[in-house]
Amino acid sequence: MSHGTRRADRTFAVDGLARVEGEGSFRAVVRDGVVADVELTIFEPPRFFEALLRGRDRLEPPDITARICGICPVAYQMSACRAIEDAYGLRVGAEIAALRRLLYCGEWIQSHALHVALLHAPDFLGCADAVELAQLDRPAVERGLRLKRIGNMVMETVGGRSVHPVNVRVGGFYKAPSPEQIAALAEPLREARDLALATVEWTAGFDFPDVEADYLFVALHDPERYAIDSGRICSTAGLDTDAAGFLAAIVEEHVERSTALQSRLFGRDDYLTGPLARYALNREQLGAPARGAADAAGLGASCRNPFRSIVVRSVELVEACDQALRIVESYGAPHPPAVDVPVAAGTGTGATEAPRGLLLHRYEIGADGLITSAQIVPPTAQNQLSIEADLRRVVELGLDLPDDDLTWRCEQAVRNHDPCISCAAHFLDVEVVRR
Amino acid sequence: MTGPEPVPGDARPSLAVWKFASCDGCQLTLLDCEEELLALAGAVRIAHFTEMSRASIAGPYDVSLVEGSITTEEDARRIREVRESSRTLVTIGACATAGGIQGLRNFAASGEYARAVYAHPEYLASLDTSTPVEQHVHVDLALHGCPIDRGQLLEVVTALLAGRRPVLPGHSVCEQCKARGTVCLLVAGGTPCLGPVTRAGCGALCPAVDRGCFGCFGPADTANTEALARRLISDGLATDALVRLFRTFNAGAPAFEKEGRAHEPRHPAS
Ligand code: SF4
Ligand code: SF4
Repeated sequence: MSHGTRRADRTFAVDGLARVEGEGSFRAVVRDGVVADVELTIFEPPRFFEALLRGRDRLEPPDITARICGICPVAYQMSACRAIEDAYGLRVGAEIAALRRLLYCGEWIQSHALHVALLHAPDFLGCADAVELAQLDRPAVERGLRLKRIGNMVMETVGGRSVHPVNVRVGGFYKAPSPEQIAALAEPLREARDLALATVEWTAGFDFPDVEADYLFVALHDPERYAIDSGRICSTAGLDTDAAGFLAAIVEEHVERSTALQSRLFGRDDYLTGPLARYALNREQLGAPARGAADAAGLGASCRNPFRSIVVRSVELVEACDQALRIVESYGAPHPPAVDVPVAAGTGTGATEAPRGLLLHRYEIGADGLITSAQIVPPTAQNQLSIEADLRRVVELGLDLPDDDLTWRCEQAVRNHDPCISCAAHFLDVEVVRR
Repeated sequence: MTGPEPVPGDARPSLAVWKFASCDGCQLTLLDCEEELLALAGAVRIAHFTEMSRASIAGPYDVSLVEGSITTEEDARRIREVRESSRTLVTIGACATAGGIQGLRNFAASGEYARAVYAHPEYLASLDTSTPVEQHVHVDLALHGCPIDRGQLLEVVTALLAGRRPVLPGHSVCEQCKARGTVCLLVAGGTPCLGPVTRAGCGALCPAVDRGCFGCFGPADTANTEALARRLISDGLATDALVRLFRTFNAGAPAFEKEGRAHEPRHPAS
């Protein structure tokens, strides 16, 4: 919905931004041909997770916080488990860690496949949605759906189901899948890796607006592998800290237009998490197939064009399939499937990479094992200021576009970051006002 | 919102998907029907589904799927609009049918939750309660679960398209365990399990991974929660843990709410 008046002065608005998880809106004011103001409003009604976790048992956060987001429940489960295990100084063995990563790869595959093929690609091809895209290029949509299905298969095999898996517990799993069940994933995962490689080639051929941004990237970094759920939090400005150190370094602000708390690093800097950040910091850790695909797509050492995030996300699809395949090929069922969790007081922090960016949890637990305080810092809240800055650039560069086109471009600029609004409100209508 | 106009003469029934306070997991279940999605999109006109499309066609709609609970004045108004523009309204998931996990605020003191999370609770237009859709408008059919089951969703959509009543079980998870041959956790290992009082639908997923059911599908039609609570206490479950067990995603479902309240620590009269 956009309502232009004069060319020089206009307002663009999108109420109810589509193809993002959750609800948000965007508004830009253009005065005398200059962008005066851009504002991303998050009107997802708050669900108060941090409040309702108080008084709950220390074993409950994985199940409860999964319900923050149906698209990335495993991210919530894993950050919660890590935080509570950190509170008690627990370490899980290599087999449990590998099985967790396999489950997490399944979530990356289904979430990235959904976003790349069904939600984001239609923008580049001038389609309203995947159904329209299917009329134009049915094999591309079917490939995305097949990738998504294979991601869900991994989640169902390890986690019991794809939305809100039931097999995850603090300390590990309720039951380890049998070697036969895991072995059955090898074939589909090989197929998925090929489909993901084809997806990189497909998306690399799209037309991208010429927009570059000077992001401060933040991501987990693990010298051993492309980090999903391990490593330290690093930035392109030299930050290198653990989850607790990072939480201490950010300031969360509550502003009137948003039910998501905005984060700034050192109370000052906007920063960006997610695929672009991970790629910039962890390119060296990509496996051979993903690195080869990134090179062939011409991504370089880092990618600062947010519209090309769809290519980076596709490279990450290859990586997730590849990592999953390696775990499947060397699987040994953990015995027991979980480590014991004491009833004791403690404070712990955990961070993992949700498909859309860094997700932190922190819990304080009393001597009775009940939670006294909870803090959850989701990716979209951290990315919100960078998304706003992107929108400003997009409006500035697109002032000559007709209202409808500019509005669509703005929606796209938001979808570039695959925002999960459900989790940020703890997102989007676009409005551009030309005055 | 921009979008295609309905094709003149398009006789396909229209389907709309609406979101209120929720995690999007139940609507995602529709997109998770990977093998059926394109066929479905051919059989129905997907008229409003913001998670999937920027196009939106004005009502009325033949079928509306509603996800999420009502937590703001604005949403209380919006759900009435949805009702007025929908021939058949189906609630999908525990948020819509019972208020969801965010319904735990109904058990807290007024304003307590907002103050705990936000520096400026006055910026929020949030109600103190999270209520199921049926407390606001007439609901034609309820699909339970947190999240709903893909098979059940397909059954509902196919049945409604064919103009028949969908076949949905009202019995308990216990029967699904027996059907798949899972050994009873409650009897064999004394593991607390809500299976006997929880609505079937998931296929008894948790017991299959050696985990007690935690009631994500809400109470079965004839749930004897009182007998189960007695049993769990005699097996050694502490009453505060029992209250928490009944008080998750379906805390607001009448049978679970009643049982939870029955075991709450009594406060001295004030
Ligand atoms: S019922 Fe559960 S899965 Fe469905 S929207 Fe609510 S929280 Fe998400
Ligand atoms: S067994 Fe119970 S808690 Fe587990 S998925 Fe089924 S209904 Fe939900």
